[in-house]
Amino acid sequence: MDKIGDHYVLQALILSAVLFSIGLGGIMIRRNLIALLMCIELMLTAVNISFVSFARANHDINGQLMVFFIVTVAAAESAIGLGLLIALYRNLKEVGTAKLSALKE
Amino acid sequence: MVEKTQLLGLIILLPILGALVNGIFGAIPWKSFPRIPGTVAGVIASGCVFVAFLLACSLFSGLLGHESVQSAFEHNAFPWISVGDFRIPMQFRMDALSGILCLVVTGIGFLIHVYSISYMHDDGNPARYFTYLNLFTASMLVLILGASMPILFIGWEGVGLCSYLLIGFWFEDIEKAQAGKKAFVVNRIGDLGFLLGMFLIFANFHTLDFMELKAAMGSLSVEVGFGVLTLITLLLFVGATGKSAQIPLFVWLPDAMAGPTPVSALIHAATMVTAGVYMCCRLGFLFSLTPITSTVIAVIAVLTAFVSATIAIVQTDIKKVLAYSTVSQLGFMFLAVGVGAYTTAVFHLITHAFFKALMFLGSGSVIHAMGGEQDMRKMGGLKKYMPITYWTFVAGTLAISGIPIFAGFFSKDEILWQSFSSPLGGLPLYIGGLLTAGLTATYMGRLVCLTFLGENRSSHEVKHHLHESPLVMTIPLIILGLLATFGGFLGVPHLLGGHAIPNILEHLLEGVVPASRGEGAAALEGTLMFVSVLVACGGLYLSYWLFLVRKSQRAANQEKGVHDFLFNSYYVNEFYDLAVVKPIYKVSVFLWKVIDVIVIDGAVMLTARASAFSGKAIRRLQTGNLEHYLLSFIFGMLIILYLLLSHAF
Amino acid sequence: MMELIQTQLPNALYTMFCVFAAIAALGVVSLKNPVSAAFCLIMVLLNVSGIFAFQQANFVAAVQVLVYAGAIMVLFMFVIMLLSIESVAHDYPESKLLIIAPVILAFVFLCTMVIVLIHGHASPQQGNYTVEAIQQNGGNIRVVSEVMFSDYILPFQIVGALLMFAVVGAITLAKRRMD
Repeated sequence: MDKIGDHYVLQALILSAVLFSIGLGGIMIRRNLIALLMCIELMLTAVNISFVSFARANHDINGQLMVFFIVTVAAAESAIGLGLLIALYRNLKEVGTAKLSALKE
Repeated sequence: MVEKTQLLGLIILLPILGALVNGIFGAIPWKSFPRIPGTVAGVIASGCVFVAFLLACSLFSGLLGHESVQSAFEHNAFPWISVGDFRIPMQFRMDALSGILCLVVTGIGFLIHVYSISYMHDDGNPARYFTYLNLFTASMLVLILGASMPILFIGWEGVGLCSYLLIGFWFEDIEKAQAGKKAFVVNRIGDLGFLLGMFLIFANFHTLDFMELKAAMGSLSVEVGFGVLTLITLLLFVGATGKSAQIPLFVWLPDAMAGPTPVSALIHAATMVTAGVYMCCRLGFLFSLTPITSTVIAVIAVLTAFVSATIAIVQTDIKKVLAYSTVSQLGFMFLAVGVGAYTTAVFHLITHAFFKALMFLGSGSVIHAMGGEQDMRKMGGLKKYMPITYWTFVAGTLAISGIPIFAGFFSKDEILWQSFSSPLGGLPLYIGGLLTAGLTATYMGRLVCLTFLGENRSSHEVKHHLHESPLVMTIPLIILGLLATFGGFLGVPHLLGGHAIPNILEHLLEGVVPASRGEGAAALEGTLMFVSVLVACGGLYLSYWLFLVRKSQRAANQEKGVHDFLFNSYYVNEFYDLAVVKPIYKVSVFLWKVIDVIVIDGAVMLTARASAFSGKAIRRLQTGNLEHYLLSFIFGMLIILYLLLSHAF
Repeated sequence: MMELIQTQLPNALYTMFCVFAAIAALGVVSLKNPVSAAFCLIMVLLNVSGIFAFQQANFVAAVQVLVYAGAIMVLFMFVIMLLSIESVAHDYPESKLLIIAPVILAFVFLCTMVIVLIHGHASPQQGNYTVEAIQQNGGNIRVVSEVMFSDYILPFQIVGALLMFAVVGAITLAKRRMD
């Protein structure tokens, strides 16, 4: 069996895994909502890398189009997320997760 | 250009339309707009049925024009059930048999609708009555015209429902509501048999369409011994006993007289109760293959006819007499079915529809005039006050007694002859039938004597109000009277008609239902005919002598034992109450108090308590802390990932 | 020597992009100052854009720079500036366990993925869009746009609507006081 694509592709895929894991770890460790949002962006970027790399490996263009849509949705997501953040800051005067325990009630 | 077969759908749709209009704009008390008055509702309902009758006439004449009498109109309205290979189209078919019955239902139905306009005039909600009546007509037409057993079953259940609604029409009276309930429940027992029979047919022949079934039966020979065909037909006959009030399920019909009298005429005399007979004739090709079932049917039919005739002879309620008489006449029809004379069964069904509808309407006219009084002991001498009702009633009486020329003579005599001469018949069946015929003449003569002849026994007030019914009521009576008198010429036997008067009915039904098998010497047939006429005349004279000359309407009361036994219909109701209803009630109470309250409710409460308890325990896991959720979420995700990968590698 | 440089320079550059992206990503996670973290994220995005460019995904590379590094990150910076930087008192958990456990989980995940990737093999169904075919059809951007405005026209419209809803929602959220 052939390996996936050329050495560019494999390298990029491993980078994608690394970035995703870092984002995953960050999301678990950090308590700051802004940092959490940035970690999510990091993970989305990792996914984008995978899409482009697999598209290259399989000679397919659809992966690149997916990246375009992901970027658009990410833009929408961060706009909403930051809007929520501002609304939260107005009320709590902080953007940490410690006070966000409304799920319990 | 409308296809002629599409008229078939229209025949059924018209009464439904009438029911919808009357139901929505008449029966429901809207606040925003006034309800249509009762007379208008009656005219709408009658009009719908009349147009349906005209359409049926035109279709039926088209049927006559065909080369072969076997041909039929078919109308495939829409696919009803379609699951894989299993298809039931909403298909209607009019052949000679259903065509004739269609004419009877719409024709007599129309007359009864017209009669009801006047009869229900003073009721609080005539529109509701006409809604039910139209709905009934539609269901009955579905029953008759349905091309397969499930469609027939829709109509079967539809007429049952309408019967229930109309028996309990005056539901404020708890007894009348109970009567409706009883009719419904008893019918359900029969329906179960019918359903089982239907399932068995499908399991064995993989079709429910009558034509296809008939084709499938063509290759089968007469079943020897007790096989699957016998089981099927017996189950179907159970259904028929429920609908057509035969032993052991006849108890609901006398109670059904709680409904308005025109309802008794339409549903519980002319049409619905004959559905069982119709079904047996429709499936005649099946019943004729099973001698065991035929014998069972014949025996039960004779028993029913005889027993109910003896009960009828002591009843004092005019409608009860007619009700038991109906049961008895239905017994005659089933006797014909049992001895394989399906054409004769249909013939008697038709003539019975004429004269029994006539007599019920006549009794309705009497009750109307007496101000709701139904006890014959308080009537008498009404001939003077209501001559039209009297003379038409006499025509009906002579018809049911079997006096020559009148309709009942031809059909009843044919049944007796067939029961004697058919290979399935025999002397005991004939003697039972003959005795019943004599009893029939006697109780009908008693009814006429007590009601119309002699001196008036009603109170002064009632006497003051006595009057002939209005034209709207008498004209249907006159028409039905003519039909009861001359309707028998549809099927004059060869012995009397020869070549001059052909047996129209037999010719029409040739090929649709199996031919009668009775045969014998003409001289014998003539002798038997003479004997039965003699018996009928004797019965009439006996009643004349007993109830008019000896005036013994109370004399019978003195023979306590027998009289009470007969008057209470052999205590069948009490027996059922003791043997069936009470045990079921006891079991139900047990199920309720022990099984339901302790076991089922206990189990339900236990699960509720268990989930409440476990909820309390698991609740501690919910910290509300975002990180904990995230951690567990990612941990779970990793586990899923490993499970997926362990399959891939 | 020159030949060696000419053949190896792109590879070296590519590896450099990868390494820088990974290091910057670590910075995003670990730096306490939000502004520094955001700048690190911009670094990651720019490097990833370079990787895209190396893989001949020109359009996506441009979008990465313009939309991600340009628009979204400016939005982040703006919000960070709007809020006071000291708004987060406890950015890291006090308990050491809550730091070590996530790190282990993330590392396990990384190892899994790397193993999967190394053992992975090419898909048996190869598409038509080889690098040469894309060149012949007028380049990456032309091909991408043609596909986007034919096969993907409906998702494209929907995403446009989604963006508009997001903008409206963000404005409503930011404006209204939750009281």
